[in-house]
Amino acid sequence: MSSLVAQPQRIVVIGNGMVGYKFCEKLVAKAQPSTIQITVFGEEPRPAYDRVHLSAYFSGTSAEELTMAPVEWYAENNINLHLGELVTSIDAATQTVTTHKGESISYDKLILATGSSAFVPPINGVEKEGVFVYRTIEDLDAMLEYAPKARTAAVIGGGLLGLEAAKAAVDMGLTTHVIEFASRLMPRQLDEAGSEMLKRKLESLGISIHLNKSTTAIIGETGVEKMLFADGSELEVDMIIVSAGIKPRDELAIKAGLAVGPRGGILVNDALQTSDANIYAIGESALHGGMIYGLVAPGYDMADTVVTNLLGGEKTFKGFDMSTKLKLIGVDVASFGDAFASPATSRSIVFEDKAKGIYKRINISEDGKYLVGGILVGDAGNYNMLLQTVQNKIILPQDPEDLILGSRGGAAESAGAGVMSLPDEALICSCENVSKGDICSTITDGTCTDVAGIKKCTKAGTGCGGCVPMVNDLLNATLKQMGKEVKKVLCEHFDYSRQELLDIVKVNNIRSYDELLHNHGRGDGCEVCKPAVASIMASTWNELILKQATIQDTNDRYLANIQKGGTYSVVPRIAGGEITPEKLIVIGQVAAKYSLYTKITGGQRIDMFGARIDQLPDIWEELINAGFESGHAYGKSLRTVKSCVGSTWCRYGLHDSVGFAIRVEERYRGLRSPHKLKGGVSGCVRECAEAQSKDFGIIATEKGWNLYICGNGGAKPQHAQLFATDLDTETCIKYLDRFLMFYIKTAEPLNRTATWLNKMEGGMEYLRQVIVEDSLGICDDLDREMEFMVNTYACEWKEVVNNPELRQRFQHFINTPEPDPSIRFKPERGQKVPVI
Amino acid sequence: MIQTPPSADRLAEISFWFKAAEVSAFPENGGACVKYQDQQIAVFHFAKRNEWYASQNLCPHKQQMILARGLIGDQCGEPKVACPFHKKTFSLLTGENLNGECYHIETYPVKIEDGYVYIGMRE
Repeated sequence: MSSLVAQPQRIVVIGNGMVGYKFCEKLVAKAQPSTIQITVFGEEPRPAYDRVHLSAYFSGTSAEELTMAPVEWYAENNINLHLGELVTSIDAATQTVTTHKGESISYDKLILATGSSAFVPPINGVEKEGVFVYRTIEDLDAMLEYAPKARTAAVIGGGLLGLEAAKAAVDMGLTTHVIEFASRLMPRQLDEAGSEMLKRKLESLGISIHLNKSTTAIIGETGVEKMLFADGSELEVDMIIVSAGIKPRDELAIKAGLAVGPRGGILVNDALQTSDANIYAIGESALHGGMIYGLVAPGYDMADTVVTNLLGGEKTFKGFDMSTKLKLIGVDVASFGDAFASPATSRSIVFEDKAKGIYKRINISEDGKYLVGGILVGDAGNYNMLLQTVQNKIILPQDPEDLILGSRGGAAESAGAGVMSLPDEALICSCENVSKGDICSTITDGTCTDVAGIKKCTKAGTGCGGCVPMVNDLLNATLKQMGKEVKKVLCEHFDYSRQELLDIVKVNNIRSYDELLHNHGRGDGCEVCKPAVASIMASTWNELILKQATIQDTNDRYLANIQKGGTYSVVPRIAGGEITPEKLIVIGQVAAKYSLYTKITGGQRIDMFGARIDQLPDIWEELINAGFESGHAYGKSLRTVKSCVGSTWCRYGLHDSVGFAIRVEERYRGLRSPHKLKGGVSGCVRECAEAQSKDFGIIATEKGWNLYICGNGGAKPQHAQLFATDLDTETCIKYLDRFLMFYIKTAEPLNRTATWLNKMEGGMEYLRQVIVEDSLGICDDLDREMEFMVNTYACEWKEVVNNPELRQRFQHFINTPEPDPSIRFKPERGQKVPVI
Repeated sequence: MIQTPPSADRLAEISFWFKAAEVSAFPENGGACVKYQDQQIAVFHFAKRNEWYASQNLCPHKQQMILARGLIGDQCGEPKVACPFHKKTFSLLTGENLNGECYHIETYPVKIEDGYVYIGMRE
C-alpha cells in the first residue's frame, strides 16, 4: 500500500535572504503540501529580512518590521528552517549537503540562494578597527555601536549601495564623505549630467563627494585615522564604510565542482539550472547570460521560474530589465530602459533645472516613435509611466517632450487616462509579476475596491512598493470607467464625506453613533468612522465624550496618551506656559508619589509618563484639587497656545503675549476638531513663540496683532500664512473663531489646517472672503456655533473624577482589580522608562 | 447558547469553559480584558449583532498587551479589532491580520449562560 504513495519531493534551499524567502513563499503557495518537503538553511541568526530598505533601520525601523515573515510562518507552512547554520559542503553525487554542525541532509532538488557579500578591495589597512561593510543587520549594529566614538565617516563607493550607506552615516549624525573611483556617481545608472545634478543635491545636504579617487591605504594606530589616495591627497576620518560592489557567494558551488564564471557567479541556464541539473541557483549568486542581477525584482522572477519548473510547468528566465527608481537621502533617482542610448541610434530630450535640482533625460528611437530609456534625478514622479511606455512600446505622442515637461496647453492626456492607455499585459509590479490586466480584473469583478484590497489579492505593491501610486491611478481610472463616482467617502460603512455627515448629524439632531450608523450607514463600523463620528459629535454637541466611550480612539477613551508598554501619560493644562511655583510643586509631588517620568513638552507644558490605567483617576483627582484641568493632550483638539514672555518683562515686547495666549487657549480648550490644533502668540516680530509654525499664530505689531493661519511643524513642516494685519484684539478673536469653526465643519478626517488649506480651491484668498467678507453668508452661524462651544466647555477629567461609575472603567482587567502584570520599567538617568 | 460559532474541530478541542464575568461588566460594542491564570484574553461584545468574540490581548506587531482597548467593527461583514497602537486590524473569526501582513492572533469561542460570559479554553 505504502509503495503506491508518492514520496514528497525533498527540496533544500541554501540561503534565507529575500530571494530565498520569496522562493519558499511561491513554492508553498503553488504546491500541494503533501508533494514537497522543504528545508532551508540560513547562516544569519534571524529569518529573511528586507535588505532593500535596510537604511530605514537607522531611522528607527526595527529588525522585526524589516522581517519578510516571522519564524512562525515557516513552521505553519511545514518548512524546516535552520537559522545560524552554515552549509559547508555539497555532495552532488550522493545529493546531500552537510552543515558546520555536522548535520547531513539529502535532497532531490537543491536551490542555491546564497546571495552575495560585500566586495572589499585589497587596500592596505582595510582590516583596521572602524572599517565596516554595509550588508546585514549585524553590520548595522556594529556600526551603531562604533558611531558614538566617531565624528566623520567616509563611504568607499558612490554607487547605489554606497549612497545608501552614506544616508546611514548621515542618520548616525556623522560628517559624511563619499569616495568614488569613477568620474561620476552611480556610474551604472546615471550619465554625467544626471550624476552632476545628484552630486550638487547631496552636497547641499552636507555630504562631501570626492570623484576620481582611488584609495591606496588606510592609516591608523589601531583604529581608522586617515585615508590615502592615489593622487597623493589624504582625508582624516574616524570610520569607513566599504560599499564598492558585491561579490557573489559562489564558494560552496566551487567546492562542489559546479561551473562558475571567470569573475565569479554560479553559471546557470535559462531554467536557472547549474552545471548539475538537480541544483539551481537564483538571486545575486547566479550568473545568467553574463549578468549578475543585484536587484530584487529579477531575483523574484528567478524564484518564480524555478518554482514553476519544479512543479512541472515551463518557464524560462530571459534576463531582466535593470530599470530602477529609488529615493536616495531624499532625492529621487531613476534610470530605465536603455538609459545611455547612443546618439547613433537615438535622440535625447533633456530638461535641466539647476535651481530646483531636477534633471530629466529621455531617449527616443530614431524614427521618433518609441521611447527607449531615460534618466530622472530630483523628480521621478513620471517614472512608472515612462517605464511602461518603454516596455509596452507605446507609440509616442506628437510632442514627446510633454512626457517630462508636462502638458503646456494642448490636448495632452491626464495621468489617469495615461495609465488606462496601457495594454492589459503591461507589467505594473515587476517584483511580484503582476500585470495591469490582473489588477483591473480584481476591480471590475468587484473583488477589490481599494489599494489595500488589491495588494492583498494580487500582491502588487508588496515588494519594493514603487508601483503603488500607479496601482492607485489604475483603481481610480477603472472605477471611473465603470461609472462609479470616485467620491471621498469616510469608509465602507458610510457613503458620505465627513462634511456631509456633519450636516446630517446637525440637521437631524443625531446624538449617538449607533443612531447615525443605523439610519445613515451599514455594518458595524470600524476604526476609521468611529473616531471620525466621535469628533463630529463632539464638535457639534460638546457633550462628555465618555458617554460613547467605545467609539473613541484609545487616547480619548481613557483621556490620556497611550505609550509603549500600555501605560499612559498625563498632561495638565498650563495655558500659555504660565505656571505658579505652588502648582509646579504639586506636579512634582504627584509625579514623585506615583513614580512618573517627567518631561517638558514641546508646547510649554509638563508631561508625566508611566501611569497605569487604574492610577489615572487618582492622579487626576489630586491635580484637579490643586486647581489643574485636563490639557487635552490626548485629543484631536486644541493642545497649547505657546507664548513668549511679552511686554510685561521683555524690553522688546509690544503687547502682553502671555495674557493673550492664555485668553485664546482658555477660549478654545476642549474644542474637538478634525486633527490637533496648536497656536502661538509672540510679543514682537522676533517671534520667540514660533507662532508661524502653528495652526494659528498671532504676532504683536505697533498697531495691534498680525494673524497667521494654517501652519504646522511635524513631518511636513509648513509656515503659517499671513491672514490679516494690525487687528485689534476682538477682531483677531472673531476671525479665529470663524477660521476654526469653518475648518472643523469642512475638513476631512485627520487633515490639519495646512493640508485643508492646500486642498482648498481658491486658497487663502477664498478663505479671506469667507471669513472677512462673509461671501458664503455663514459668518453668523460660525460665530454662534463657536460661542456655543465656548459656553458649554467642561473639564472632562473633573466629570470622571466625580463620577464613581466612570472611574470604575479605568482598570486593566474586568474580572480582577490587579494591574497589568506585563508592565515593566527600568531606570534611566534617574527616572523610570518602560521595558519592552 | 454559543455566541461565536466555532467549527466542529475547534469545539472538540475545548477542554473547559472559563467563567469570565457577568455580561453587564462588559462594554457594548467594545472590548474588555479578562485574566485567566497567566493569560490575558480580550473579549469583544458586538451588541448590534448580539455576538461575542475573544482573542489574545497581545498585539503581535509590537508585542503590546492592548487589543482589548482597540476599536471593533467589521470589514465586509467580517468582525475585526484594530490595535490602538498602529491600527493593525485582525479578523475575530480567523485571527488573521487584515492588512495583508503575516501576523496572526489566537481566537477563542465564547458562550453566554445565565448572564455570564464563558470563554472556551484548550489545554
